[in-house]
Amino acid sequence: MFKDITIGQYYPTGSYVHELDPRTKILVTFALIAGLFIINTFVPYTYIVAFILGVVFISRIPLNFVLKGLKPLRVIIIFTFLINIFAGQGEAIWRIGPLSVTGEGIYKALFMAIRLILLVVGTSLLTLTTSPISLTDGIERLLNPLRKIGVPAHELAMMMTIALRFIPTLLEETDKIMKAQMARGADFESGNIISRAKGLVPLLVPLFISAFRRADELAMAMEARCYRGGEGRTKMKELKMDGRDTMALVTTALLLVVLIVHRTMV
Amino acid sequence: MPKMVDVQNIQFYYKSDGEDIMLALKDITIAVEPGEFIVIIGHNGSGKSTLAKHMNALLLPTKGDVFVKGFNTKDEANVWNIRQNAGMVFQNPDNQIVATIVEEDVAFGPENLGVPSAEIRGRVEEALDIVDMTEYRDKAPHLLSGGQKQRIAIAGIIAMRPNCIIFDEPTAMLDPSGRREVIRTIKKLNKEENITIVHITHFMEEAVNADRVIVMEDGQIVLEGTPKEVFSNVEQLKEFGLDVPQITDLTNELIKEGIDLPKDILTVDEMVMELCQLK
Repeated sequence: MFKDITIGQYYPTGSYVHELDPRTKILVTFALIAGLFIINTFVPYTYIVAFILGVVFISRIPLNFVLKGLKPLRVIIIFTFLINIFAGQGEAIWRIGPLSVTGEGIYKALFMAIRLILLVVGTSLLTLTTSPISLTDGIERLLNPLRKIGVPAHELAMMMTIALRFIPTLLEETDKIMKAQMARGADFESGNIISRAKGLVPLLVPLFISAFRRADELAMAMEARCYRGGEGRTKMKELKMDGRDTMALVTTALLLVVLIVHRTMV
Repeated sequence: MPKMVDVQNIQFYYKSDGEDIMLALKDITIAVEPGEFIVIIGHNGSGKSTLAKHMNALLLPTKGDVFVKGFNTKDEANVWNIRQNAGMVFQNPDNQIVATIVEEDVAFGPENLGVPSAEIRGRVEEALDIVDMTEYRDKAPHLLSGGQKQRIAIAGIIAMRPNCIIFDEPTAMLDPSGRREVIRTIKKLNKEENITIVHITHFMEEAVNADRVIVMEDGQIVLEGTPKEVFSNVEQLKEFGLDVPQITDLTNELIKEGIDLPKDILTVDEMVMELCQLK
């Protein structure tokens, strides 16, 4: 039942955006996040929305698929909106008991909600256009210069790769253990929350034991294949930045400059 | 020419809290010649896997020495050289695949060795071709069958260009068709790529084609010889709790009934030949 699970939400179309170096895409995403926090009025949102729509268009991912990413976060977005709408100062427009809605509140609530929506959409574009494995590669290479100050770049990337590799394996195992325990009368479905949580014990204990055993065997197999950390290691797929990456980075830099200028002028 | 693997009078204790608690190997000596195909059989707890782990420095002997291509496994400076020369394939295919894409996993070994990128690509293609898995290069490993996963694991070892591969019960967790795939690949590596094979198993049928069979019991070598020599000791093997190939068993029963057959029949074809010559 877990066999066809997809990790992340990679949506391959082979577009220009997909083929960019993962480092470029990570940097652009960070710039976009920074941009969203630089601005303080509504007008520059239009630039960012235009930029994001442009990226969506070039990436050939259907817009409604991108917007689907907002669904699991709708509670948070609505919650933020409500908190802000009641938090404004000044003359009240409406009153609901002790709470009052002010002009400033509406302004702020809208501003925050749009910021959140753009944040989610912008970052999900990164995972939609980049496969987990190249994302990991990109993170490793970006963190590489920080190794001198003790950031374990290679180790982090290796941990992410192994986690991604074993998610489907462990899910399959969970399924198997669950069926085995159900065959012996374990009940995972009825009862209140506490008894259900207790019911998970016979699932989690064997799962953890098996995960540790797997880790042990994997470590041995990796050692047998001469793994000794990131030192002196080469890569089959070298990451290469080319003209297209420069273009993407320059465009993003321009956007940032415009946003900063806008802020200082207003 | 040095021996490929030279195990000299080794003893091994499993330790717990610094105390020797279990003698897993008692005075074992084996010499593996380059190009040889050796099968080690024995049932669970006979020490065969422990012995395998000595052959690429995953375990070090308590007493005695192991040499791989002349390098002593006890010398720490030799460890990576030894592991590159003597690759190892383990029992559980799931627990030895590291990457999320088949070709990335095959590249893992050469990447660790620091092989230049362009050469890794060539080695990966070659290795996938040898194990017949080229068409699955972009697939995720968890979508493959057990036999296919095990072939990927083998490709990962071949890509490191070893002279010798140690198989530690590679077929124990596979279904019959997966087992056939893996055995066919192992034979091919020995015949066509001239790689020395040490194959550890408890399936007797897999020993029939070996150059030499070693039977282990309780941390010791109890029988050694060509498959024909070893399997003609049917009664003795049964005493150790081991099965013999079905055909050998049949031959033995027929001989007991007074039919005049040689004791060393191993395959159906040989049996047919002998039976047709009976008067």
